[in-house]
Formats: sequence, C-alpha cells, structure tokens
Amino acid sequence: MAHTHSAEPTRRDFLYLATGAMGVVGAGAVAWPFIDQMNPDASALALASIEVDVSAVEVGQSITVKWRGKPVFIRHRTEKEIEEAKAVPISALPDKLARNSNLPDTAEATDTNRAAEGKEPWLVMVGICTHLGCVPIGDAGDFGGWFCPCHGSHYDTAGRIRVGPAPENLLVPPYAFVDDAKITIG
Amino acid sequence: MAGHSNYVPQSAAAKWLESRLPVISLVRGSFVDFPTPKNLNYWWTFGGILFFMLISQIITGIVLVMHYTPSTAAAFDSVEHIMRDVNFGWLLRYMHSNGASLFFIAVYIHIFRGLYYGSYKAPREISWILGVVIFLIMMGTAFMGYVLPWGQMSFWGATVITNLFSAIPVVGEAVRTWLWGGFAVDNPTLNRFFSLHYLLPFMIFGVVLLHVWAFHTTGNNNPTGVQPKSNQDTLPFHPYYTIKDLFAIVVFMILFAYFVFYVPNYMGHPDNYIEANPLVTPAHIVPEWYFLPFYAILRAVPDKLGGVLAMFGAIAVLFILPWLDTSKVRSGVYRPLFKQFFWIFAINALALGYLGAMPAEGIYVILSRICTVYYFAHFLVILPLLGFLEKPLPIPASISDAVLASGAGKPAAAVAAPQSK
Amino acid sequence: MSIMIKTVRALAAAVVLAATAPAFAAGSGPHIERQQWSFAGPFGTFDRAQLQRGFKVYKEVCASCHGLRQVAFRNLAQEGGPSFTEEQAKVIAAEYTVVDGPNDDGDMYERPAILADKFPSPFPNEQAARASNGGAYPPDFSLLAKARAAHRGFPWFVFDAFTQYNEQGADYIYALLTGYDENVPEGVVINAGQYYNPKFLAGNAIGMAPPISDEQVEYTDGTPMTVDQYSRDVAAFMMWAAEPKLEERKAMGFRVIVFLLVFASLLYFTKKKIWRNIAH
Repeated sequence: MAHTHSAEPTRRDFLYLATGAMGVVGAGAVAWPFIDQMNPDASALALASIEVDVSAVEVGQSITVKWRGKPVFIRHRTEKEIEEAKAVPISALPDKLARNSNLPDTAEATDTNRAAEGKEPWLVMVGICTHLGCVPIGDAGDFGGWFCPCHGSHYDTAGRIRVGPAPENLLVPPYAFVDDAKITIG
Repeated sequence: MAGHSNYVPQSAAAKWLESRLPVISLVRGSFVDFPTPKNLNYWWTFGGILFFMLISQIITGIVLVMHYTPSTAAAFDSVEHIMRDVNFGWLLRYMHSNGASLFFIAVYIHIFRGLYYGSYKAPREISWILGVVIFLIMMGTAFMGYVLPWGQMSFWGATVITNLFSAIPVVGEAVRTWLWGGFAVDNPTLNRFFSLHYLLPFMIFGVVLLHVWAFHTTGNNNPTGVQPKSNQDTLPFHPYYTIKDLFAIVVFMILFAYFVFYVPNYMGHPDNYIEANPLVTPAHIVPEWYFLPFYAILRAVPDKLGGVLAMFGAIAVLFILPWLDTSKVRSGVYRPLFKQFFWIFAINALALGYLGAMPAEGIYVILSRICTVYYFAHFLVILPLLGFLEKPLPIPASISDAVLASGAGKPAAAVAAPQSK
Repeated sequence: MSIMIKTVRALAAAVVLAATAPAFAAGSGPHIERQQWSFAGPFGTFDRAQLQRGFKVYKEVCASCHGLRQVAFRNLAQEGGPSFTEEQAKVIAAEYTVVDGPNDDGDMYERPAILADKFPSPFPNEQAARASNGGAYPPDFSLLAKARAAHRGFPWFVFDAFTQYNEQGADYIYALLTGYDENVPEGVVINAGQYYNPKFLAGNAIGMAPPISDEQVEYTDGTPMTVDQYSRDVAAFMMWAAEPKLEERKAMGFRVIVFLLVFASLLYFTKKKIWRNIAH
C-alpha cells in the first residue's frame, strides 16, 4: 500500500489505494447504523411535549410533573421569594446566564429571565441538579430554594446555583402558558 | 498454531510482549505466515464467509437486544418497534433474520465442499467432528432465535420441536415440562430461549477456534486431497488468501444485501407477522427452510420416537462419517463413481428439503420415505462399499504437479517463482 | 461398471422428477392474480395520493372493526408514507379518542389523540371483537399485508426471489375485497352470517360481509369511486402500514449494491494482481 521509491505512483499502487480506500469508506458507512440505533428513536422523540393543568397550584405550592422521563418543578412563588430573588445582583451569581430554553443563550440570569414570561410568580424548571443529575429537595437549603442532598448544591428561589459544586442554574425547559391554567412543556 | 511463524520481534515493545504473551506470533503463525495449499478454489472461501456471517450475526444480535423485550406480552410489539421506530432498526433486524438464512446457505455449501473433497478423512476427523458440533449449535441457536419475535410460527415451531423430546421413553414428559418451565410454551420458555440464544453464538465462536486449530495442525485439505510436499505447494495465508477470502466475502455480501433490501421476507413465513396465539394453530406449519430436510426425515417415519431418532440420526451419522468412507483416496476429483453418488446425495438432500415444506400426505409421504432411506443408505451402505468397488483415477504426486497438469495457462517461469517475503 | 453408472443416472433423474412433478399439479388454495403496484420492484415507491385515498377508505369503512395498533398518527406525516402534513396528521389524530392516565385522582380518562399516540383499536380485546362480530375476529391491519400470502408452488417460489415478488399480501387483499360472489356454486355450504368468497385463504366462507360498495367513499381528486379502486387503494395503504420503511429500504439497497459491486471488482483486480505470479 505504501508508495514505491519512484515519485510517481504505479498503477498497482493506485489499485491498492483505491481498494483500501473503498474498504475504509464501506466500513465507516456500515458502522453508522450500529451507532445511530442507540440514539433516541422515533417514538421517544414524539413524546416531546406534555400539557399540565396548574389551576390547583396555590401560592407557595409546587408540583412535580414528568417530562421526557425527568421531573419538572412547577412552583407558584410567594411575593417574598420573588423579592429575595430580585435582590441578588448578577455579579453575585456563580452562573450568570439564565439557562432558559425560551430565551437566547446569552440572556442574563435575572429573576425575570428565569420566571415565566409575563407571569413572574411562576417558575418552571427541570428538577435535575446540574452537578451530577440528582433531584434537589424543595423549600430547602441556605437560600430558601432548592437543595441537592447528593453533593450539597444550594439553589435560590429562582433556581439559580448559589453555593456548591453545581456549575449551572437549573435548566428552564421550553414551555408556554396556553391559558392561565394550562402549561405545555416541550 | 504458532509454529508456522518465523516472526522475530523487532521493537523493544514487541520483544517485551512476545516474551510474556506471544500473541503476535500466534496470529502471524495462524493467519499471516500460515502455509496454505496454493490450489484452493473458491469453494474454500466459505470458511471465511462463515466467519464473517458469524460476526455479523453476533453484532446485529447484540444491538437488537438493546431494543427487544423478552416477554410474551411485549416481544411481538418490541420487534415491530424495532422495525418502525428504532433508527435503522428495520435494517438491523432484516440483516439478522436474513443473515441466519445466508449463514445456513454458506454452511451447507461448506459442508458439501467437505463431503466432495473428503475433508473429513484422516487426519482431519477432529476438524470435521467439531464442524458437525458447530452445525448442531447453529441449529439450536437458529431455532431459539426464531421463537423470539413471538409470532405464530415462533410459537408453534417451538411447540412442535419441544414436543419432540416427549418421545423419549420414560422421562420424555418430564424433559418437555422442564424445557418449557410450565405446561405449554409460555413466558418462561421465551425467556430461557432468549438467554440461550444470546449465549450459544459465543460457544460457536469458541468451537470455531478449535475447528481452525485442528485443521491448522493437520494443514488444510485441498482440491487434490494430496498433502503439500514442499514449499512449492503452499503460499502464506496473507496476502494470498486474505485477499481471496475478502473478495469472496464481498461477493457474498452482494447476495446478502439483495435479500435484506429487496426480498427481506422471502425466506420468512407470513404467519410470523401474526402474534402468537396459543389457541389457534396455523393451517400449515413449517420450520425455517434450513431445517426442512431434517423435518422431512422426522415426518417420514410413522412413529413418534422413530421419527425423532431418525432426525437426530441424520446428524449423528455425520459424526462417524470419517470411518464410514472406506476409500483410500481423499478427494472426489479422483473418484469417478463417488462423484456421481455425491451429486445424487445433493439432489436427494434438496428433495428432502422440498418435501419437508409439503403437507404430510399422499405422494409426499412416500417420497419422503424413499429420500430418507437413501439419505442413510448413502452414508451407511454406499460410502463403505464404494471404497472397495471403485477404481480411482491416478492421483498426482504433488499439488504443483496437479496445477501444472491442469494447464492453468500460466507461463512456466511464473510457476517457479512463488511469493517473496 | 458402466451399467451401474447408467442405473445411478436414471435413478437420479427419477428422484428429481418424482420430487418435482406433484408440485406442478398441486393447486392448493385460491389463485391470486398478480397486480401492478407502484411500490413493486427495486425502485418502487408508494403513490402518495393512493395512500391518502387508502387511508380514507380505511378510516371511513374498515376502522369500525379493524385496528391499526402498530401505526402512530405521527407516521401519517413521516417520509415515505401518505405524506400528510403535520397539521393534517394532528387534525386526524384529534378525531380519535384514546385512554390515558391515571390522573391525579388515580382514574383513567379519555382525551383526543395526539401525534405520539398509536391508532386506538375498535375493540378492547379479541373476545370483545368476536362477540361483536358473530364469532369472527377482524384482524388488526398493521401487519396484514405481510401476514397473508397465497401458497406459491414450485417452481414459482424460486422465480419470486429473482423477480422480487413481495406484494403477495397486497394482491391477496385486493383479490379478497373484489372476490365476493353472490352466486354460490352448487355444493358449497355457506352458513348463516357467512359470505361466499372464493379468494378467502381459509376456505370459501368468510365472516365479513362485503365491506364496501361503489360510491361509498367520497374521492375528491377524480379517481373512480369503485369497489375495484377502493380495494387497490386500501391494499396499498395496508402495505405501507405493514412496511413503512419500504422506500428507504429500496433506496438504500440500490446504493449499497452499487457500492458492493464496485468494491468487489476492485478486490477482484487486486486479487489478480497479488496472484499474478502464482500458478494455481
């Protein structure tokens, strides 16, 4: 397969090279289906959205729903919680980005950017600690928000990481209020 | 196995490894430098093709298991899930189901090649017997694999075959119940078949290594049946036979692809697209095509135990074949009479396959019996007698002589210069 | 010795003839005519309009008894199928009711179907289906086009591998739907609740009344509204339902085989090159 001493490849070299190249291309093409079969299948992708009725969630209460196999926290926040969250300067946050799937990636982690658009009391987040994937406990931790028992990450009342090993704020999934009582997630 | 390599490790790392685990010289001795008769024809590439098919079946099988659910409630739907939703699932499943058929096509050609060229004769008896062992495990694997989609043919095939064991005197009923793990083919049966279907291919792989080890110890047979006499008669396995086998494998892949992409259900049965129903037997149940000759033998005998014994006997007779063939000449090429009987045997085997697919009634039963008797007569009567009755043709002194005599049209100078290292 | 050889040859010929002769005579089961289908052959594709018409026939006529449980509403909008738009598929889905739950009170509830749902079956189980249909079980349509085939004797089944005859199921469905005959021949007994159909694989008497009549389903594209056309369309739709990846499979197959042919020829020449100095 290697070139001979002459600068010009001989016809035999070309034949070997072409055959070898063809074999490599073929092996690559065959490998792909075997790799791709492990990606989410069509039925998993189709289950991307759910609808949640939140009319029964009073101020100060939370519910947890399952979306794509993960818990989603929906919290109807109190005035006090909102004020606490608003009082924190962006510079004091370990993660300064909103991590809100409904906003541009560069949005700042203000309380407004974290909460539902036009419905500040509502906070919708994927309940998965951004450290290593445990589910944080509600109404707990040093900041009155969430606390992850696995490795001690503290989130505030807007679901932003304040202290602990978690690198990012809790993710806000794509969602929208269909009307005052209904949210579609996904 | 390693004795054929004159490999000397060059680098320090290679020397270090060689003195601790001589794996490089083992592989080189077996698949690179191994002296292989230079006159092997394309029928000899089926060994390589079979190895490729085994690997293909194992890989597609492993990924199918990632999506399959072994439970009577979910198996059928999980297979449809693979066909409809899993990325490339239809491709993987059709490769696996057609792969089984192609595997058997190749193995039958491989077996008949061995029969024709006398590859079972001394000193290669062990290699042949291990081959029959592989064939048996393959049949078990294929049978249990066919049960997994839990279609009507899966269920009733499993029922019929497991019921064969009830023919065993005294303990038959107990054995059957033990196989089932219940009182009919049901969830426990499906689960154990799934487990064994996953296990057996790795056992095949192990026996394949022994099979290769055995004929690498004796040296390959070849179309003349004459043992290589000198270096003139052999070539190193690589690059001569690696490239030849590779070419044959790719040609075989074309056939494989044709079935997978254009007629993927041709070798299956429509009834297996109906979910298993223990209350309704399909009007006409047949096993997969590769079992049909043995199925015909089973039905040819009008007695339950007798039929089962005949069927297993049809395979058992292969084990003692090396001692049934009395001829001193190895290759069928130099045995004019044997050649004719070989082809009759091949046609008889095809006829048995056809009869196995026909309903067990009327003329088919009579023909099945004739063919069954002939099948056994070939091994038990014809082969032992032929050795005494037949006058073989003169055998060439060496492989090189045979090649020259056949006048391959190659310039004589080229013959004298085999490969250079 | 030569006598022996001759005997052997004659014997071989006899065995071959004997084994194959009855097959030519065997005419078990109904004869099913082969039809023209757009999805047959190595480059076959589904006719989108036909699949949409076939779906309409299924929905308006067959769906009251026959399920389609392996097919999801999202499939109606996927590539290689009837190619409804996603919006159309959503509207179709919303016309069906599926059971979901449990809700927070622990109860199951009904809701309109969404794209991710599969077609709900008309009967909760086989027993209910039989009870409503005079003991007959209307089979699920999802795989029927692959689960039915008339017996093809020797030598036809050999040719089928080369002609790529894969459409036995669609042919059979078409033949069955157009095969009803009110004139029951002498000697054929048709029980009450059964109908004479000589194309039915499991005997002449079928439990399904002639399901469709001319003009029953409204076609808006000018396609003739006849039983013949309805049967073709629904058979095509059922073939798609049974093998939704058919187009992808055939298209990929062509590329794979072209690749393998080129690769095999390169290997052949490489092999010749390597072996050029060896007499073998």
